[in-house]
Amino acid sequence: MNATFKIWRGDANSGGFREYATEISEGMVVLDAIHQIQATQATDLACRWNCKAGKCGSCSAEVNGMPRLMCMTRMSDLPLERPITVEPMKAFPVVKDLISDVSWNFRVKKRIKQFKPRPPDAPDGTWRMAQEDIDRVQEFRKCIECFLCQDVCHVLRDHHMHDRFIGPRFLIYAAALEMHPLDTEDRIPELREAHGIGYCNITKCCTKVCPENIEITDNGIIPLKERVVDEFYDPLGWLWKMGTKKSQTGPK
Amino acid sequence: MSYTSTELPRRSFGETMRADVWWTQPLIVFLGLGTFIVYSTWAAFQGNHYFSGNYISPFYSPELFGNSPHSWFGARPAWWPGWLLFSPALLILWAPGGFRLTCYYYRGAYYKAFWADPPACTVGEPRKTYLGERSFPLIMQNVHRYFLYLALVFIVILTIDVWKALWFADPSGKSSFGIGIGTIVLAVNVVLLGGYTFGCHSLRHLVGGFRDQFSRAPTCYQAYRCVSCLNRRHMLWAWLSLFWVGFSDLYIRLCSMGVWHDLRIL
Repeated sequence: MNATFKIWRGDANSGGFREYATEISEGMVVLDAIHQIQATQATDLACRWNCKAGKCGSCSAEVNGMPRLMCMTRMSDLPLERPITVEPMKAFPVVKDLISDVSWNFRVKKRIKQFKPRPPDAPDGTWRMAQEDIDRVQEFRKCIECFLCQDVCHVLRDHHMHDRFIGPRFLIYAAALEMHPLDTEDRIPELREAHGIGYCNITKCCTKVCPENIEITDNGIIPLKERVVDEFYDPLGWLWKMGTKKSQTGPK
Repeated sequence: MSYTSTELPRRSFGETMRADVWWTQPLIVFLGLGTFIVYSTWAAFQGNHYFSGNYISPFYSPELFGNSPHSWFGARPAWWPGWLLFSPALLILWAPGGFRLTCYYYRGAYYKAFWADPPACTVGEPRKTYLGERSFPLIMQNVHRYFLYLALVFIVILTIDVWKALWFADPSGKSSFGIGIGTIVLAVNVVLLGGYTFGCHSLRHLVGGFRDQFSRAPTCYQAYRCVSCLNRRHMLWAWLSLFWVGFSDLYIRLCSMGVWHDLRIL
């Protein structure tokens, strides 16, 4: 069976779609087809990939307008009666063809306060954690940093607020640290101000595209928004805390 | 840290490379929520046909002031301005309305369906400026947990209404236990509203989600798990309860008007 692809070719200055037809066989994914086109018709086609197993997060692109890992998108799941479009991620500058420059994400990560554990629980310098305390954080640790959630987020993609909003990937990263049972750091003021959690308007597009099926919005972003409310917008909560004299520092 | 417009070009309204029918979901949300808003507003302004015997419409309960036997404090208060339309529903509907308006699920849904912000994932937006929920007016969404407290009170009141709907007065004025279709309609309403309210994201945070160490508070952990269980289907509960609360009002309204006749099962 033949399939037609419209692949975006170009660089930071200019570019456009070019059409390629290629043979599709059973079990192929989009990345296989891209490699086949690269080997037979467009040897200069630039495409980033590594594991071909949905675990490295390298082959992120937009297939038929939706951010996806090319290695996890089966050809059998796509309508072949019309051309399949493949483009680089739109929330970041293009380097060449299907490759975009995602280095902004690594700079953002450095801005988030690092893990700061409480003093060790045991004389040998180790800690004790219960499984129920770590369950939530383990979900966030599944992230492979493919940045599809960053790409689909309209705050970055359409409004280009990279200087004011860290995006869903780093809200999840902050949630993993903030909810960690050993961590003592307080990141809530930064989340509200510099990291711009208030810009998220809960469209859940990030959750929809996550290849690891992390419930980014429900389990990560909304609980962080609620923690921001605790600290900045809930006068009754402040009175309750004053009454119960609960400390605000350290793990709760 | 920001990118220039040449590095990241801006798309026009509705522009997308999506090949699927992306506009169906926002359209369904627009029609569903729009229909409910129109009907509930109309019903709230009617001020009549909101009770039928021992049944009272959830749009009108609690009836603080009104002319029905369900009224808590008697008829319309004397201080109510004469020029202002009076309906018992207008005194209370702002609370459950506010709860839904500030609900995390509905926010995401109506931002897309009513404000195209965005119209759908990866679809171009109609405007260039964006404030999010960081500044006025949407920063007010942070009041959600206060509407939750009120919604929990409403669940108790509507449960009492179901209890009252189990007691039917005979012509001599004596009450006897019974179950009518209206009783079941009101009971299902409380179950669905309960499923929606007890699965609220704010409740999930307040009962235990604020903790980093669940092992220190086993009761909080169990409560968190229960709320999380309902929260996983929050969207479903939101739509079912929305539909059913509207249907409950319609059922009682039509019974009160004599269009429908309540069938006694027991």
